[in-house]
Amino acid sequence: MLWACITLPSLALDGILRRRPTDDPLVLIDGPVNARTIVSANDAARAAGLHVGQRLSAAQALLSHFEAIPYDRESVARWLRFLAAVAYRYSSEVSLLPHAIVLEVSKSMGLFGPWPRLESMLRADFTDLGFRHRMAAAPTAHAAHVLTTVSDGQAVLSIDTLRNALQRVPIAKSRLPANAIAALPSMGIRTLGQVLALPRDGLRRRFGAELLASLDRLTGDLPSGLELYRPPDTFDLRIELLHEVENQSALIFPVRRMVDDLAAYLAGRDGGVQRFLLRLEHREGRFTDVSVGLLASERDGALLFEFARGRLEHVTLPEPVLALRLIARDLPAFVPAGRDLFDERPANALPIEQLRERLRARLGDGAVYRLGSTQDPRPERAQREATHDEVPIEPHPRPTWLLQRPIPLRGGNPIILAGPERVETGWWDGGEVCRDYYVIETSLGQEAWAFCAPDEQTGWMIHGWFA
Amino acid sequence: MNAVVPLSALLDARQVWRGRAPEVPVGDQPTGWRALDAMLPAGGWPEASLSEILLPVDGVGELRLVLPTLARLTQGQRNVVIVSPPYAPCVAGWRQQGLDMRRVEIVDAGEKDVLWATEQCLRSGSCAAVLAWPHHADDRALRRLQVAAVTGQALAFVFRDRSHLSNASPAALRLELEAPPRPQIWVRKCRGGAVPAQAIPLPRVVH
Repeated sequence: MLWACITLPSLALDGILRRRPTDDPLVLIDGPVNARTIVSANDAARAAGLHVGQRLSAAQALLSHFEAIPYDRESVARWLRFLAAVAYRYSSEVSLLPHAIVLEVSKSMGLFGPWPRLESMLRADFTDLGFRHRMAAAPTAHAAHVLTTVSDGQAVLSIDTLRNALQRVPIAKSRLPANAIAALPSMGIRTLGQVLALPRDGLRRRFGAELLASLDRLTGDLPSGLELYRPPDTFDLRIELLHEVENQSALIFPVRRMVDDLAAYLAGRDGGVQRFLLRLEHREGRFTDVSVGLLASERDGALLFEFARGRLEHVTLPEPVLALRLIARDLPAFVPAGRDLFDERPANALPIEQLRERLRARLGDGAVYRLGSTQDPRPERAQREATHDEVPIEPHPRPTWLLQRPIPLRGGNPIILAGPERVETGWWDGGEVCRDYYVIETSLGQEAWAFCAPDEQTGWMIHGWFA
Repeated sequence: MNAVVPLSALLDARQVWRGRAPEVPVGDQPTGWRALDAMLPAGGWPEASLSEILLPVDGVGELRLVLPTLARLTQGQRNVVIVSPPYAPCVAGWRQQGLDMRRVEIVDAGEKDVLWATEQCLRSGSCAAVLAWPHHADDRALRRLQVAAVTGQALAFVFRDRSHLSNASPAALRLELEAPPRPQIWVRKCRGGAVPAQAIPLPRVVH
């Protein structure tokens, strides 16, 4: 077993910063109304002298302009679940700890390569999403968690070296039960190594079985007992904008972030999305929905963003937007398009499915289609969009251009080249036709497909051209 | 003369010059019409290039000209895109000509978007051939299509009115169709060869 732990120390702040286009000072505040204190501050705010634990009133005395946003506990849990869905891409055993995600990676290394490579992939994913993190690997989940509190990037790959690595971890950072952390330093015990060397009976008498169980989970003598994370079946992400937005172009940046999050989530569950909804929320619960539908499931972030932007540009905002919500319920399996090994197409070719989506995004949903035959002998109904039944090829001559509506033949008498072919059907559905079809040559020499009333050979109507 | 020098050694040393006609670059895109292939310098459509087909009126044999090529491409599992055709393609008729309609995409684009859509399809690299009926296409627009065809390695066919014949065009091949009663094809421009002096009769539909 090898567990990787990713500790996310500033989830709430990163969740806001990642969709904020500016670097102006920003702090998160918490506490009772009359005693608000700073719980998190960005780089610009820290450079100006604000720090965690400072009273808001003291901060306002230091710096005249900064943004103060209430700390949102719910957002922390939401971001943690979202990041667990991202990490799910690398392992099926993912668990949540407070401000941390642990995942079992020994089985994943066969696919992704040894730990250093896997570590850099994980780090790249989290950095791209805009979350600061610390990472460590250890044979037990809790040990990995403890190691991230001490340093970043430590990797303990075997159970034999684990005790060594834990030796010098200070008690204050050991994540043991709170009563032990409070009492042990006053007994002169300052590191985990010293605790592990103590006789177990004495520890049990003094601190109860809970401390021993924690130590055993740390060293791997007890299983970790963590509940496995299961990714949700729908994607629902809502972000509140920091200002009221009246112009679509100001929505592009947050939408790009949201669509990237959707792509990361889809990669995590190895799926695609076929249809998603972008809900622009206005004041008093009113909203505008922008639906993005695709012909086939996709999961590439840049593509999904291109389609979403194409749809968004056609929307006129009736009133300012306060929040955005991205809802994706239709998440079918993603089947990557098959490519021939000896494909002669240019290397940067855009697959035909993505080309169709691009055309649809600008020209409209019904603008790109394929035609197929139906079983109906009436020429008006003999073809339909996207039907590909195995209909045998028509034995009678058919033109290459079909007129939407037949037009009367003008000019002199035509020369009959072939025919007649009688089409008499449709009496059951109200679309009755009774016609004799001929291939004719008009007086101008064009070859046409025309019909007239049965057995009459006058009153010609042209229905197609043999172009 | 007791030293016998093998002929191949002389040839390999490039000391002997062999008179031979310059090789015509033979393309890989026959039109399906033997008489036309024989007349074109590449032995068929110019590859990855724009071909312009000038018509007196729609429906005089322009599809007869290109359908054999499209049939060959679609049967080879390659995609073909038709951008805003003047009439609906008749599926039964096209299938009789050997087309696999599952590989034919039809794009309905507005007057302003025809050139954009055509260029996107050509540039994508996933279409073997793109047929377009642009309403207004100037020299610059056609040049863009020619560049896109090279980028995406696709055959581009543009169908325009015969009145554009007097304007210069960046197309690699320009064909003019003459309407019945004497249906024939004139090669008006072909890159890499002299323009043939006579026309080729356009065969009629065989029944």
